[in-house]
Amino acid sequence: MTLEPMRAAASAVLEGGPGEGEYNFAYLDEQTKRMIRRAILKAIAIPGYQVPFASRDMPMPYGWGTGGIQVTAAILGPDDRLKVIDQGADDTTNAVSIRAFFARTAGVETTTRTHEASVIQTRHRIPELALGADQVLVYQVPIPEPLRFLEPRETETRVMHALADYGLMHVKLYEDIATHGHIAKTYDYPVKVEGRYVMDPSPTPKFDNPKMDNCAGLQLFGAGREKRIYAIPPFTSVKSLDFEDYPFEPNKFDAPCALCGATDTYLDEVITDDRGGRMFVCSDTDHCEDRQASGHRGHLHVDGPAARGTVA
Amino acid sequence: MPTALQRGFDNPVFDGQAVFKAAMWALSRPGLSRPVRGAEAAPAPLTPVLGALALTLADFETSVWLDAALAAAPAVERWLKFHTGTKLAAAPAEAGFALIADGAAMPELAAFGLGTQAYPDQSTTLLIAVAGFGAGTALRFEGPGVDGALELRIAGLPAAVLAGWADNKAAFPRGVDVILAGPDSVIGLPRTVSITVLED
Repeated sequence: MTLEPMRAAASAVLEGGPGEGEYNFAYLDEQTKRMIRRAILKAIAIPGYQVPFASRDMPMPYGWGTGGIQVTAAILGPDDRLKVIDQGADDTTNAVSIRAFFARTAGVETTTRTHEASVIQTRHRIPELALGADQVLVYQVPIPEPLRFLEPRETETRVMHALADYGLMHVKLYEDIATHGHIAKTYDYPVKVEGRYVMDPSPTPKFDNPKMDNCAGLQLFGAGREKRIYAIPPFTSVKSLDFEDYPFEPNKFDAPCALCGATDTYLDEVITDDRGGRMFVCSDTDHCEDRQASGHRGHLHVDGPAARGTVA
Repeated sequence: MPTALQRGFDNPVFDGQAVFKAAMWALSRPGLSRPVRGAEAAPAPLTPVLGALALTLADFETSVWLDAALAAAPAVERWLKFHTGTKLAAAPAEAGFALIADGAAMPELAAFGLGTQAYPDQSTTLLIAVAGFGAGTALRFEGPGVDGALELRIAGLPAAVLAGWADNKAAFPRGVDVILAGPDSVIGLPRTVSITVLED
């Protein structure tokens, strides 16, 4: 696939609406977009509450971000610039496919630069660079219900949310402490939004939880299989659940990034050989490249065009 | 009265997206106005911006309640039904959206659908025409979406909204959400925002 025929097809869409055999702008039909847009508005008005929506079949299987894609398709306009990340990286399969999908069906500009994007769709990470006002972060969510593994019945969890009855979640966190000596959850770490709804932040590492609090950008969450949309408006309180004597602690790393030397980012472990060799590098590829470009160096940094290679 | 049907959006796909984006950011950042290009052909007393919001959000799945001023103009119902296919709600409590052209005569907020404790999203979104922003009643907004506090003047904000707002906010997670339609922009009042009157 090359980009030029895609852009040509998409610009035909931009000019006169879809012809026979062409997609509507951003793939979804207008009625579907309206249905999703209505759900998004209610989600924004009730921070952390999961709004049911009529999730559509998408041209990819559940688990590949069908919820996030539907949210992105419903909000995207011709002036938007889209960035897609998968575990922080712009160059992994899921990110590349979704970026190509919207380049083809919407003809929007895409970018890998966090600060240039107006819409960022993400799988399991929040960019290291703080979101700006007017930026939207769209999360792909597999299981939106934070209480689901504690109580499998939707009828029950709905009542629990209605009554703000989150005792079961605190019991689970307490049992972690009783068994392991600390709260063992390292990702998917539950948060309470604006003091009311307990919410699943999607499987982001708990390292990212503090970034959701009082964030300047708009955060939207789409779960395609589970048919739920929820949101955190800008400047909204998001607190990770914890206890006074066992306060929430984000993940920490022992070593700096091997490429850019950052000590304040989330790191991926990369296996480098079959003799136990490994390195730790920033999971946010754009942030890491930015730092390297401005002269920051880790101990495995190699100068030259192949510096980053295909490490993801 | 002309009987010919007036046109809706020039380009339903992109006009609808632009108006939705304005509404999305308006509800995300209460008190900050977002520009909206109105649907100029919307029949009076529907204002162009109110008309554009209706075209953007309503379709055959929604029910829209018209206030007395709009219900008295048959052209409004014809235009809405032709362009969106929406049903009309008989009572404000049953409406997904309420279109209000004459705020002075609107029912109290508690008369609209507030949703239930289990499904607070099933509440009415009020789309209300106001005279404008920057003049009129001075208000302070606080809450989610507001960076600290924000002050703004709104001309023509219905007394029923101000009178019922504290109860509406206290009913959280139940409650109505409001989008105010000025002459060329919108402001959002989600149920979470707290409103203080500084000066009439």
